Amino acid sequence: MSDEFMRAWAERIRTASERGVSLCIRGGGSKDFYGNAPAGEVFDTANHAGIVAYEPTELVLTARCGTRLTEIEQALAAKGQMLAFEPPHFGANATIGGCVAAGLSGPRRASAGACRDHVLGVRLMDGRGRSLAFGGQVMKNVAGYDVSRVIAGSLGTLGVILEVSLKVVPLPERERTIVRPMTQAEAIDALSWLAGRSYPVSASAWVDEALYLRLSGAERVLAPAAGALGGDTLDDSEALAFWLGVREQQSPFFANANSLWRLSIRPTEEPIPLPGTWMLEWHGALRWLRTDASEDEVRESARRAGGHATLFRSADSSAAAFTRPGATELGIMKGVKEALDPHGIFNPGRLYPDF
Amino acid sequence: MTMLKVAVIDRARQTEVARALRRVLPESSVLFNEEDTRPFECDGLTAYRQLPMVVVTPETEQQAANVLKICHAMQVPVVPRGAGTGLSGGALPHGEGVLLSMARFMKVLAVDPLARTAKVQPGVRNTVVSQVAGPFGLYYAPDPSSQIACTIGGNVAENSGGVHCLKYGLTLHNVLRVRGLTAAGEIVEFGSDALDSPGYDLLALTIGSEGLLVVVTEVTLRLLPRPAVARVLMASFDDAERAGNAVAAVIAAGIIPAGLEMMDRAAILAVEEFAHAGYDTDAAAVLLCESDGTEEEVGEEIRKVTGVLEREGASRIVVSHDEAERLRIWSGRKAAFPAVGRISPDYYCMDGTIPRSRLGEVLRFIAGLQEKYGLRCPNVFHAGDGNLHPLILFDANDPDQLARTEAFAAEVLEKCVAVGGTITGEHGVGVEKIDQMCAQFGADELDVFHRLKRAFDPAGVLNPGKAVPTLARCAEYGGMHVHRGALPFPDLPRF
Ligand SMILES: Cc1cc2nc3c(=O)[nH]c(=O)nc-3n(C[C@H](O)[C@H](O)[C@H](O)COP(=O)(O)OP(=O)(O)OC[C@H]3O[C@@H](n4cnc5c(N)ncnc54)[C@H](O)[C@@H]3O)c2cc1C
Repeated sequence: MSDEFMRAWAERIRTASERGVSLCIRGGGSKDFYGNAPAGEVFDTANHAGIVAYEPTELVLTARCGTRLTEIEQALAAKGQMLAFEPPHFGANATIGGCVAAGLSGPRRASAGACRDHVLGVRLMDGRGRSLAFGGQVMKNVAGYDVSRVIAGSLGTLGVILEVSLKVVPLPERERTIVRPMTQAEAIDALSWLAGRSYPVSASAWVDEALYLRLSGAERVLAPAAGALGGDTLDDSEALAFWLGVREQQSPFFANANSLWRLSIRPTEEPIPLPGTWMLEWHGALRWLRTDASEDEVRESARRAGGHATLFRSADSSAAAFTRPGATELGIMKGVKEALDPHGIFNPGRLYPDF
Repeated sequence: MTMLKVAVIDRARQTEVARALRRVLPESSVLFNEEDTRPFECDGLTAYRQLPMVVVTPETEQQAANVLKICHAMQVPVVPRGAGTGLSGGALPHGEGVLLSMARFMKVLAVDPLARTAKVQPGVRNTVVSQVAGPFGLYYAPDPSSQIACTIGGNVAENSGGVHCLKYGLTLHNVLRVRGLTAAGEIVEFGSDALDSPGYDLLALTIGSEGLLVVVTEVTLRLLPRPAVARVLMASFDDAERAGNAVAAVIAAGIIPAGLEMMDRAAILAVEEFAHAGYDTDAAAVLLCESDGTEEEVGEEIRKVTGVLEREGASRIVVSHDEAERLRIWSGRKAAFPAVGRISPDYYCMDGTIPRSRLGEVLRFIAGLQEKYGLRCPNVFHAGDGNLHPLILFDANDPDQLARTEAFAAEVLEKCVAVGGTITGEHGVGVEKIDQMCAQFGADELDVFHRLKRAFDPAGVLNPGKAVPTLARCAEYGGMHVHRGALPFPDLPRF
C-alpha cells in the first residue's frame, strides 16, 4: 500500500519534471501566506500521515510528512516530552512536513534552539522522483553532508519531505511567567544582562511596554529565580494564553492592518528607529514590526543591525518576502536547488524569484 | 598498512606550483623541501601518510584567497588543515596538491560579552575561546577531548562534539556565522550575528563538510554563561550492560545532564594508572554524569539522577564536592585516549553512534568480538548521545593483529548501522571510513552529495577524494551491505 503510494508520487514527480510542470507542495495549507505566493499544481501531502516511530528514551520521533502537528504534540505530551523549538502552527491542520519546510521556531527558540537544530534526519523525494534518506535517528551523525538540516526552512523548494526524525526533549516540570513594565530600550538591556547569566528563562517577549519572561524547570528552581528577577507572576492560564498568542500571532499586537515584518538581528541592538509598533522575542534577536515604512528602509535597518528582514504578512503580494543573499551565496543556493530539483518544479519562486 | 597508493612527488610540477605561489606569498610561507613538508604528512590518523607536493602557511584571508585562485587556475588539489588532530584522515595531504595550513590564523578578533559571541580566526585553538571569554563569565561549550590542540576551523569542518554536547549541542549548534573562501577563492558568508539567515541554510551544510566545500577564514561562535555550579557524579556498576541500561533510564526519567559518559573496566584501569582520577577500579563500568546550572538546579538534578542510578543497580555513587575534585574526575575521561595509548603499541578508535537503548546489546556484542579476535578493546563512550569510542588495542608491526583489528572494526561499524546508527558520530569520514559510506548511504544519496559539492566547487579541487566515495568506488567494492557475519571486503585495510 505505502509502496504503491510512493511509486505514484515518484511517477507524478518524474512526469512533472519531464513536462516542466510546477508543483506546489502543500500539507495543511496553514502557511500558504508565508514566503512568496505559492504557484503550481497542488501536490497534497496530507494523506501521507502517521507517526512511524517514537521511542521516548531515545528522545526521537519519526513521522510522515502529513502528520498533524497537534497529533505529534499530543503523542509527545503523553510521554512527558515536547518539540523544543515550540513551532507555530498557524492553523489547526498544520503538518510536520510543512513545519519543517517552513523552518519556523517559536518562543523557546532563544533558549532551546531552532527547528533545524532538532532535525536529525529526513526522507526526501527529489525532483528525479528518488526517495532519499539523509541523517538518521541518532543524536550525533557526521556521515555525509548535513542535508536534512538544509531541508529545514527550504520551503519545499528542494523536494517533498516524506518523513522526518526530530529530536525531542522532556517537558519542563513547571513554568512560571513574570511580567514587568519597561520601555523597549530597558527590555533590551535587561535581556542582554539576563542572557549572560544562568537563569532558567525559556522565553522572553516585550510588547506594550512590558517585558514577559517565562521560566521553566523544577519548582525548587523557579521560586528563587522568580524571586530574584522580581515582577508580577501571571496566572498559569493567563500565561499559557499569552505565549500561545505570541506563538500563533493571535495576540492583539498582530491584529493590525499594516504589513508585518520579521527582523532577525543581533540581539543587543538598540531600538530600531523605524515608524510603527514593535514586539520583541528571543532575547531581542527577533523583532516584529507593524509598519508602513518602505521595504528598502526596513531591509536596510535589519542589515545594519547584523541580520535580515522578512515581509511576514503583507497585503501587497507583489513585494518579495525574503532578503536576497549576496551574489556568490545565491549562486551556491542555485546549485543546491539544481542538485535536488534540476527542472525547478518544486514551489518555484516561493523562496526567491530566481528558482 | 598504507592502503592508499603513496604518490611520488612530481618535481617539475612542484617547482612550477611553488613558483606561482611565491608570487602571492612570502618565501617563508611556501614549503616544499621534504624536511619542511614531512611534519604535515599525516593528521591524527597516523596510519595514512602522504607527503604534500607543497605546503603553504598564509596569514591573511587575502593570501589564502590568492592561493586558492592560483590552485584553481592550475587545477591543483588543495587540502585545508588546522592542527592536524583529526582522526579520520581529513587533512591527509594530496601528493599532487597543496596543503593549506590555516594554523597561522590565530587571532581572536572580538568578544562581545553582551551579545555573547566570539569572532575568531580558524586557527584559534578550541580552549583559547573559553579562556578569552572567561573574564566575562562566558565560555564556549563544545569541548572535544583534543581541545587544547584542535582548532576552531577543524571543529567546524568536522562538526566536533565533546562531553558536554548532550545538553549544549555540537559545533553546529554553537556557530552563528562562518566566513570562508570557495575553491575559486571567492569570499562567502553563511549565517550572521542573528539567529537565522534568509535562503538555504548553507551554514548547516558547511559545518561538518570536512574541508570539501569552503576554506573557513572566520567564525562567530555562540558563548554561554558559565553555570553557577557544576558537579559530577560518578557511579560504579558491576556489569557493563547494566550501566548501559542505566544511561537510557536517566534520559527516560526526563533528565538531560550536561554530560553523561561511560567507561568500561579496561578503560578505567588504563586511565587510573595514567591520570589517577580516583576511579573505582573494581567496577565493571563507571558512569560520569555532570549536572550544571544554579545551586538549586544542580541539587535537584543530582538527587533525581542518584535515585535513577540506585534503582538501576549502581554499586557506588560519589558526587564531587568542589571544583578541584570535579576537574580531577573529568581529567581521567579526557585523558582516556593517551592513557590507552600507553598500554598498547597502537590503538584504533571507532566512532559509531547507536540508539541509546541498544547500548547494552552492542556492549555485549563488542565483548564477544574481543574473544573472537583475541584483541582487547577498552570502551569509552559519550553514552548520553549513544556515541561509542571502542579502542581496539593492537601492534601494527604484527600483520596478523592488524588484520584481526580490521575485521573487528568492520564488524563493530556494521553492527552500528544494523541497529539503526551511524558509522561516525563526530570524527568524520575522511579517508578512513570512505568505504563504509557505501553501507551508510545508497547510490542516490551519494549522487546528491557529489552534486552539492559541485554547487560549491565545480572544479573539484578542494580536498578531493575525501568524505564521499565515488559511485565507481562503491560499485568496485560491491557495497558494504553485509549480512550473516560475512565480512565486507576483508582484504581491505580499514585505516
Ligand atoms: C586525543 C584526541 C581526542 C579527540 N577527541 C575528540 C572529541 O572528543 N570529539 C571530537 O569531535 N573529536 C575529537 N578528536 C578529533 C579532532 O580533534 C577533531 O576532529 C578536531 O576538530 C580537528 O581539528 P584540527 O584543527 O586538528 O583539524 P585537522 O585535523 O587539521 O583537520 C580536520 C578536517 O578539517 C579540515 N579543516 C581544517 N581547518 C579547516 C579550515 N580552516 N577550513 C576548512 N576546512 C578545514 C581539514 O581539511 C580536515 O578535513 C580527537 C582527536 C584526538 C587526537
